[in-house]
Amino acid sequence: MDQFLQQLVNGLSIGSVYALMAVGYSLVYSIMNFSNFAHGSVIMLGAYFGFFALTRLGVPFSVAFFIAALGAAAVAVTLERLAYKPLRDRRAPFLYFIITAMGASIFIDNSVIATIGPTPKTFPSELLPSFFQGDPFTFGELNIGRIDIAMFVVAAICLALLILFIDFTKMGKAIQATAYNMKAAALMGINPNFVIILVFAIGGGLAGAAGILYGMKYQVFPQMSAITLKSFIAAVFGGLGSLPGALLGSLLLALIETFVSGYLSTQYRDLFAFGILIAMLVIRPSGIMGKNTEDKA
Amino acid sequence: MDYIQGIAVLIGINLIAVLGLCVLTGFTGLFSFGHGGFMAIGAYISAIVTAKLNLPFSVAILAGGLSAGIISVFIGQLTLKLKGDYFCIATMGFGEAIRIILNNTNYVGGARGWADLPQLTTWVWVVGLDIVCIAITWNLINSRQGRNMIAVREEELAAQMAGVNVFRYKMIALVFSAVMAGIAGALLANYLQFLRPTMFNMLKSTDLTIMVIFGGLGSISGTIVGTILLVSLPEVFRNFAQWRLVIYGLAVIVIMVGRPKGIMGGIELTPSGIRKILAARRAKAALEAEIKAAERGDAV
Repeated sequence: MDQFLQQLVNGLSIGSVYALMAVGYSLVYSIMNFSNFAHGSVIMLGAYFGFFALTRLGVPFSVAFFIAALGAAAVAVTLERLAYKPLRDRRAPFLYFIITAMGASIFIDNSVIATIGPTPKTFPSELLPSFFQGDPFTFGELNIGRIDIAMFVVAAICLALLILFIDFTKMGKAIQATAYNMKAAALMGINPNFVIILVFAIGGGLAGAAGILYGMKYQVFPQMSAITLKSFIAAVFGGLGSLPGALLGSLLLALIETFVSGYLSTQYRDLFAFGILIAMLVIRPSGIMGKNTEDKA
Repeated sequence: MDYIQGIAVLIGINLIAVLGLCVLTGFTGLFSFGHGGFMAIGAYISAIVTAKLNLPFSVAILAGGLSAGIISVFIGQLTLKLKGDYFCIATMGFGEAIRIILNNTNYVGGARGWADLPQLTTWVWVVGLDIVCIAITWNLINSRQGRNMIAVREEELAAQMAGVNVFRYKMIALVFSAVMAGIAGALLANYLQFLRPTMFNMLKSTDLTIMVIFGGLGSISGTIVGTILLVSLPEVFRNFAQWRLVIYGLAVIVIMVGRPKGIMGGIELTPSGIRKILAARRAKAALEAEIKAAERGDAV
């Protein structure tokens, strides 16, 4: 029972960070109908921004957190402007977007390796707020790491704000309308370019937040962008383009992963993740919560 | 000299896999991010046949290609009905799943890799197979089957209405590309004499697809040019070891944004293809001259 609770806690904390990442994939997919494989690199850059703000600029942790989020958002929007906008203007098929995203991902990851180097960096604990210093909280046999609590709380706050923003503000409604039908939304006076920039900025900001949290729990390294593939699987699992789907998919995937590595073996964890991805695509490609769209050719 | 020869052999090996993808992606319009997985199957099967069973290399190549083909039939049954993005994602999942299974199979060395394989891939094998594969691909594309594949790429619904069995032709393209990837894997294993599952990760699969698109969709000669350029590009920049993949990523973005058809999209470097380009140029020049003449006429 204790082990069960322990795995549950681990799953929830890593799942909440997956959710922060998955939302970025899903938001972009809902508007532009392509899987933005460069998102992982944005997450990785966010972690580096946070790390260097904290260690080199010497700013307090809360400021470093916002620098990570804002920096990642700026990278995401720049990428959209420079790489995706020309493709959009040309109405290129989705494949060109995916390949461009892959190219951007290779470019960013290797730029980081070439300039900063491949060695992982660890957040120095003395620069973190006092909350993170000290032993994990214990309840009987149950250990809850301080960073795990921070991950869950920060992710929950960010995602709650996002849902409030999407559901209750004019801009949020503009995003919903554009996701439903971009042409009709444009006819109603919503500027699709603005909505797309907004979506990339939100996705990038959350990616930066996720990056710094993930970097604090583990380390900051260039290959982080490949690990974020898991959050992409979570987004597909929950239903690409659906926000609640991304949340649900992330939590479920993280729980399955932690239980598999807890009860079976860590080696099978990734196999399970990809197995779930394939099974889901075969049984129900639109995911748990995705709209079941008919292809009209 | 050995160095240049090494690059040439790598180009030749990759070319076989990329030609298969050229049929799948360039002519049938299906995008895969999992062909690294088929290459891995070919490579490991061929390594087992040569290193563990001590059978001749020709048997190994055949076994590698066939086993990749057989597995692709199963994968195709499951995923070929998926549309667009989702087929891509599913193939990516399969490629990664194959890699993880290999990672955990100790019989073939697991994640540590498998060294000391026999060196059997020679110049003759690579060049010979390249010529055979180019000829087969060329004939496939210019046959009834090839035209049906192009119909599927251009307009799936219309092709189906015209009586083309869409699923069947997608399956033929997938199995063909998988067999080619398997053969390339078999050659690679017995050339490098060393195998490790990470050699066939998602980046490898993406690389292969990028070569097809870089060279130009729907062009066999473009595929050849794309493969030569992209395999040798990182080698040319080996002096800036760290920066070569940065340049590679940038090149991909620039070609996607700047020249979406790839270097030679839809154009073949054959006498008739070149004649067609020249004729189009002449027609354009004639049209421009006519417009100018008309403008002058208006002025007068």
